[in-house]
Amino acid sequence: MSLTITPTAALATVWNAVLPPEISAMTTLTNGDDLHLSLYRKMFQIRRFEEEAARAYAQSKIGGFLHLYIGQEPIAVGASAALRPDDYVMTTYRDHGLALARGMTPRAAMAELYGKVTGCSKGLGGSMHFFDKEHNMLGGYGIVGGHIPIAVGTAFASKYRGEDRVSMVFFGEGAVSIGDFHEGMSLAALWKLPIVFVCENNEYAMGTPLSRTLSVEDVSLKALAYGMERDRFNSEHVLQVRDRLGEAIARARTHSEPTLVEIRTYRFRGHSMSDPGKYRTKEELEERKKKDVLLRSRIELEEKGHKAALEAIDKEVEDEIADAVRFAEESPEPGPEVLEPTTYAGPFAR
Amino acid sequence: MPQMNMVQAINDALRHEMRRDSRVVVLGEDVGKVGGVFRVTQGLFDEFGDDRVIDTPLSENGIVGAAIGMALYGLVPIPEIQFADFIYPAYDQIVSELAKYRYRSGGEYPSKLVIRTPVGGGIRGGHYHSQSPEAQFIHVPGLKVVCPSNPADAKGLLLSSIRDPDPVLFFEPKRIYRAAKGDVPDGDYTVPLGQAKVVRPGWHVTLVVWGAMLYEALDAANQAAAQGIECEVIDLRTLWPLDIDTVIESVKRTGRFIVVHEAPKSCGLGAELVALVNEKAFLHLEAPPLRITGFDTPFPYTLENEYLPLSHRILPAILEMARY
Repeated sequence: MSLTITPTAALATVWNAVLPPEISAMTTLTNGDDLHLSLYRKMFQIRRFEEEAARAYAQSKIGGFLHLYIGQEPIAVGASAALRPDDYVMTTYRDHGLALARGMTPRAAMAELYGKVTGCSKGLGGSMHFFDKEHNMLGGYGIVGGHIPIAVGTAFASKYRGEDRVSMVFFGEGAVSIGDFHEGMSLAALWKLPIVFVCENNEYAMGTPLSRTLSVEDVSLKALAYGMERDRFNSEHVLQVRDRLGEAIARARTHSEPTLVEIRTYRFRGHSMSDPGKYRTKEELEERKKKDVLLRSRIELEEKGHKAALEAIDKEVEDEIADAVRFAEESPEPGPEVLEPTTYAGPFAR
Repeated sequence: MPQMNMVQAINDALRHEMRRDSRVVVLGEDVGKVGGVFRVTQGLFDEFGDDRVIDTPLSENGIVGAAIGMALYGLVPIPEIQFADFIYPAYDQIVSELAKYRYRSGGEYPSKLVIRTPVGGGIRGGHYHSQSPEAQFIHVPGLKVVCPSNPADAKGLLLSSIRDPDPVLFFEPKRIYRAAKGDVPDGDYTVPLGQAKVVRPGWHVTLVVWGAMLYEALDAANQAAAQGIECEVIDLRTLWPLDIDTVIESVKRTGRFIVVHEAPKSCGLGAELVALVNEKAFLHLEAPPLRITGFDTPFPYTLENEYLPLSHRILPAILEMARY
């Protein structure tokens, strides 16, 4: 696959960019069914985790806002399969999927949603602000685009230290209109940093379709202005995501070169739980649900004779999620004494 | 002990810490080869190279955002914002991300960095090169704010700021960058954060001040002394966290409190100080506390000496308060 694209060809693409037919042929899948099964398990865990989170939210057990990743799971899971555990990831407020994909336990994640002291951020962050030092998941961010320059900084530090850890930063297509995106891309390209910018283009910036928020729908073209490598594809298979992101990760790790990757995807739920999603038709949603990558993985694995393994996964995941909900419900809330030491390091009387 | 001005003292502190700790990097607009618009980083590029003294594009949000990421990885970045007036593009990163990192990670990650930036009026810079936005950062929990008034404090407070576990905004009063001179201890020298300094002892009126206006307050205090009124002048040095104990102890003795700052009056740090004085020393007061400050207007180009709380505005207030 060639990443180089001349400006003229790029412009032609802009004019032709009505919408993503099959933007790219699926890359050759590598590794065997074992890996596929384990990644399916992770996607299914995220799906079931969020379905139960939505239920708890509806029962007012979870407060504030809840942005579900349902439909986009192959991206976080494929990316995590391509990354090393010591690589850094940061993402948006739609962060449960990436946290679980990186290895956060459903218990720590669910307890955080419940605002309990056993949560990944001691219950101080909640849904939009997961944080997991152990798995180098440096947070979900509630300010759109705010994390992009920060990921540039971790990439800088990796290069400065002569290490080969890669930073990967996820954001939606809504974030590319924000200044942080430009400033982050600009610095990463200028300093040739080991970073992968992953735009999860789910076609809606909150409630507005991308045709009404972007003058050029092909987000990946923005890389050209920075002299940065780019890639663009539909999320069709978790192993395809892993392989395509793997190329960008290798470029970062081996050559310290950044890449902008645009992955077309779709979220099956609203922007947040409070969004009934009236800006899109039922037909559109049903049509897209037929392309649910998770479901297609399951069908593929069933056809390959892994029915028993899938049923075992079903049971394990159901048990895990039920345990996580129980754990979250039974855990205590943090007391106000947690606030001061998490605001400043030392005593702060006045 | 060598004599230095503020620029030299800050440069000395940066050089000292960069020699001591390879995690320390400096980044900002023109900080490298040029040595910064006020030459504060002059010579560092030659000694430490372009991967530790980093020229950046004009990109304040990117500079501070990237510095936060560097800090998360374990570096100790010291971004320079060329003028405090240019800090607003980075305000989101400072307020939304930097200040909240320790909290949002459940206490696991400090985002430890020092943002250096020239502050205040006195160079006829007009409304984009003269402002004093300290209160806008003091109001954000999670940040510390420092403003030195002399070369020795500049060095000592900067080294303490770099080694402090919390993020620090280090405001450098540009009016006295070269005008303030003094002995600066060689080598490793720190002044603890959070400690005000009684610069001039007195017993009639307490004057609290910081940065370049210290010299105006001292001038007014000396003139008042000629008329028999002895002011106690306190240099706050660290604006947040406040050394409120030193202030209150003084006010309890004098019964009279004046705060002087360049920033506009309304909701400035002076307002907070007056509130604290009222809360903690109300029954000791002999006169209403007073703020002598910049105006609630944009910083003017042509009326700088009227806008700034110079000694000609401070002295009458002292005399009036003493007679109250």
